[in-house]
Amino acid sequence: MRYILHSDCNSFYASVECLYRPEIRNKPVAVSGNADDRHGIILTKNQIAKNFGVKTGEAIWQARQKCPELVTVPPNFPLYKRFSKMTREIYGEYSEKVEPFGLDEAWLDISGRDMNFQKAKAIAEEIRGRIKYELGITVSIGVSFNKIFAKLGSDYKKPDAVTVITDKNYKYIVWPLPVENLLFVGPATKKKLNNMGIYTIGNLANCPLDTLVSVFGKNGNLLNQFANGSDKASVAFSISHQDVKSIGNSTTTYRDLKTVEDIKIVAFVLSDSVARRLREQNLKAWVVGVSIRENNLNSFTRQRKLSIPTDITEEIAENAIDLFLKNKGETPLRSIGISLSELIPSDTPVQMSFFCNAKNNNRLHNLDCAVDSLKKRFGSYCVQPAVMLNDPRLSGFNPKDDHTIHPVGYFTKYI
Amino acid sequence: MKQYVCVTAQFDCEGRIMPIKVHWEDGRTFEIDRITDIRRAASLKAGGAGIRYTCLLLGKQRYLFLEEDRWFVEI
Repeated sequence: MRYILHSDCNSFYASVECLYRPEIRNKPVAVSGNADDRHGIILTKNQIAKNFGVKTGEAIWQARQKCPELVTVPPNFPLYKRFSKMTREIYGEYSEKVEPFGLDEAWLDISGRDMNFQKAKAIAEEIRGRIKYELGITVSIGVSFNKIFAKLGSDYKKPDAVTVITDKNYKYIVWPLPVENLLFVGPATKKKLNNMGIYTIGNLANCPLDTLVSVFGKNGNLLNQFANGSDKASVAFSISHQDVKSIGNSTTTYRDLKTVEDIKIVAFVLSDSVARRLREQNLKAWVVGVSIRENNLNSFTRQRKLSIPTDITEEIAENAIDLFLKNKGETPLRSIGISLSELIPSDTPVQMSFFCNAKNNNRLHNLDCAVDSLKKRFGSYCVQPAVMLNDPRLSGFNPKDDHTIHPVGYFTKYI
Repeated sequence: MKQYVCVTAQFDCEGRIMPIKVHWEDGRTFEIDRITDIRRAASLKAGGAGIRYTCLLLGKQRYLFLEEDRWFVEI
């Protein structure tokens, strides 16, 4: 029997802000982006704001309609990262198998020879108490025999609580829950399941496997395993690096992008960020992709395979800009993104092409490395293409350092 | 309330940091008589979290926090 904990920091960003600002602790608080930059959505809210019906992802003005006294504070990601690191240090004292899921969640495998649910619960209670005392924020922890039920347990009772789901009681605790509470069951899957008459996790568990597979393909197997608690996925070692599948950055700009120059400015910033992240991890990419969201919120993605893999900023930017310009219509753009995929280690030998100028590529690579080291020492803005200066507000964001929170999809290991 | 303060501290060979004197904003300096406890803790009163030194200052118990690389007291 495995013993797995899933720890979830309650209203993480809002809790940290409330710790640091005693004056707003008893008020409805939401951490939100900057409305002037058109990032004005609620990122998290505290329990008081939650009671007013404020929801993550809605616009600030919508939240204010429900809760006029709502205090909104800007996010402070370095502070949240520090708290995330401190929680992981505490988890690390209990297990070497700690698998983070975003900044505020983690699985811990505390299985051992003498372990049982009573001891596992005691450990969960100790962790919950320590985080509250040492960090001043609360967590809810689920204790179970697989990762899926442990996660359900941490959602079951909030805040500041421990829920134990054993092989004996899971049918009473898990099965009556709505099917959408299960990890991986999003709105589309929920709709399909509901159409089949499946509303609870118990309904799903008792649905014949053949039926699920006929509707969901191989994912039908997973759904069945998840609902029955037979998921075998292991908790990753904290030191192991999960393989990176893709590297991407996107941004919603403070004003719509109308001209070619607008797109170039933002594309340069994004290419610089993704290319630097690529080089930092000693990788090269075969595929450059772009995502486009028009100001009518219509969105689509396009990608292109390169003739040889690259990590050169200029090449990535040129391809991305070309993809943007070839695929955009007349509608101004609200948000654009660049992603690199089909990644390989940068020292992998590749077949040269007659048409590529390897000498020049080497030169550009060395130039990029030199600029990287300058930027490391003097900040991201110390060297930049001149076009950036045409609209410093448009180019004045730093996707590389501002947004380094990339929860790895749970399913990457299944694909 | 959170009050950041200047601190004179000793770094020993093991890398441990021990505060010796606290320098108040108004220029007064207080010698720490004794440290009775060191642990990680949050300060709900001041708003912060770090390593909490329980100190005796002029015979009174005071908490002194080391948060990253800054010291603060609760007032």
